[in-house]
Amino acid sequence: MSSINSEQVTHIARLARLKTDEEKSDYFAGHLTRILDLLEQMNRIDTESVEPMAHPQDVHLRLRGDHVTAESRREDYQAIAPLADNGLYLVPRVIE
Amino acid sequence: MKWETVIGLEVHVQLMTRSKIFSGDSTAYGAAPNTQACDVSIALPGVLPVMNREAARLAVKFGMAIGAEINRTSVFARKNYFYPDLPKGYQISQYETPIVGRGSLEIDPGDGPKTIGITRAHLEEDAGKSLHGSSGDFTGIDLNRAGTPLLEIVSEPDMRSPAEAVAYLRQLHALVRYLGISDGNMQEGSFRCDANVSIRPLGAAELGTRTELKNINSFRFVEKAIRYEIERQIDILEDGGTVVQETRLYDADRDETRSMRSKEEAHDYRYFPDPDLPPMVLEDAFLAEVKESLPELPHDRRHRFIEHYGLAPADAAQLTNERTQADYFEAVAEATNAEPRTACNWILGELNAALNQEGIPVEASRIDSDALAGLLDRIADSSISGKIAKDVFSAMWNGEGDADSIIEARGLRQITDTGAIEAVVDEVLAASPDQVRQFREGNQKVIGFLVGQVMKKTRGKANPKQVNETLRRKLDA
Repeated sequence: MSSINSEQVTHIARLARLKTDEEKSDYFAGHLTRILDLLEQMNRIDTESVEPMAHPQDVHLRLRGDHVTAESRREDYQAIAPLADNGLYLVPRVIE
Repeated sequence: MKWETVIGLEVHVQLMTRSKIFSGDSTAYGAAPNTQACDVSIALPGVLPVMNREAARLAVKFGMAIGAEINRTSVFARKNYFYPDLPKGYQISQYETPIVGRGSLEIDPGDGPKTIGITRAHLEEDAGKSLHGSSGDFTGIDLNRAGTPLLEIVSEPDMRSPAEAVAYLRQLHALVRYLGISDGNMQEGSFRCDANVSIRPLGAAELGTRTELKNINSFRFVEKAIRYEIERQIDILEDGGTVVQETRLYDADRDETRSMRSKEEAHDYRYFPDPDLPPMVLEDAFLAEVKESLPELPHDRRHRFIEHYGLAPADAAQLTNERTQADYFEAVAEATNAEPRTACNWILGELNAALNQEGIPVEASRIDSDALAGLLDRIADSSISGKIAKDVFSAMWNGEGDADSIIEARGLRQITDTGAIEAVVDEVLAASPDQVRQFREGNQKVIGFLVGQVMKKTRGKANPKQVNETLRRKLDA
């Protein structure tokens, strides 16, 4: 039986940039473990001959021709951006 | 202890489409920042990606060229991570079912051919560009490149030396250019390489811990970066330490690799199928159309050049590196009476030197294939010597006309008249008593001097073979 502990919840929350605290992590750990329990049940079903599903609908990807159809709308988009300068979107300094 | 190096390469090739992989933005290089960044590229809420057929076509073309399995159904997945040049918070890529499966590429690192396995090649979108330093306390983001179609080509860990890694890269680079699926421009980032490097005791079956080298954007840097990394890992292991699995950045200025700590924790990408993109299913007609468009592959063409035209393997390899150059050679070889080998020598010699001097490709050559064939015909029928032909070539390059008119205008036609040559030979022998004596005393080398004198007097127009024969006949008399 697999389960999720609160450290794992904190880790995933960090990767997803979600704020969480100890109390909430414990709470979600319990909930997520119950979901895993459900998956455990499903795992017991024989799916040997079933192809994995990548999409809920039985449709195929539509392909478009290789044409340039977009025009620059930089002024419009940068007018609603929090910060822009010299045509660039500005974000807090990223240190590599 | 003897160590063995194990190298695998991941190459990102920018596909030559006009528009981006999931939107109608242009992919042209060098536009003003964010002028090729539509709502899809900047990830405004509610937008949807629409797949570019041409990107799929070019990927399949590559797959067929390396003899790979093409997955008729492939799935796009989201690779989740946060970075400002990726506004969606995920990159659309392919994970479990890439478009191109297992294939291989034959390389020749100099000590005989070797086959390198290619694990897979998958389609994905490029990220934007971060510009540090120009905007004070901020980082500037240009999303023109975001959404440019990439084919990530992943090799097996089959390479055993930096030289093999470079040979593989060069072969791959030549192939994508040959197929016309990428311009391969390394300065503009159209062909980028990451290397996975590890060390193990020679003979060991298990792989050692690997590091991933990023940011190696030239063939020379690939070799240097791997060489440095091998030394570093051997030093660690021989000092009793352990190699840490990590991403390292190559610094060309210092010629060293260093750890990229910021990425250490980021390797949890939580891939899942992108709900915006149903599976891509390639129809028979589509695959047949791509197959039809495949040119004769460099490998096959190289062998044909060796068999059919009698070229040396190294020359055939060099000619078939670029499709346009191989085409040029065939056009000359078919049009001239000269030996194909002569045509090959002139293309790889004089012509390439002239092209390189001006930095232009063969398709922009100032001497077209018919004109070069015309020049080679005059060598073949002994109208001019190879040496004079070089002068004629220069004149042709400078736009003075075709070979025949230049030869006529300058009076360069070779003297093959026996009487005329004999007269000059007699003149030279009479004027060089010292050399004649030396030759008769057994110094065969002075014949070179005497031939030179005759050529000088005839301004290079005498047939060298005839001059040589005549001289020997008279000296031996």
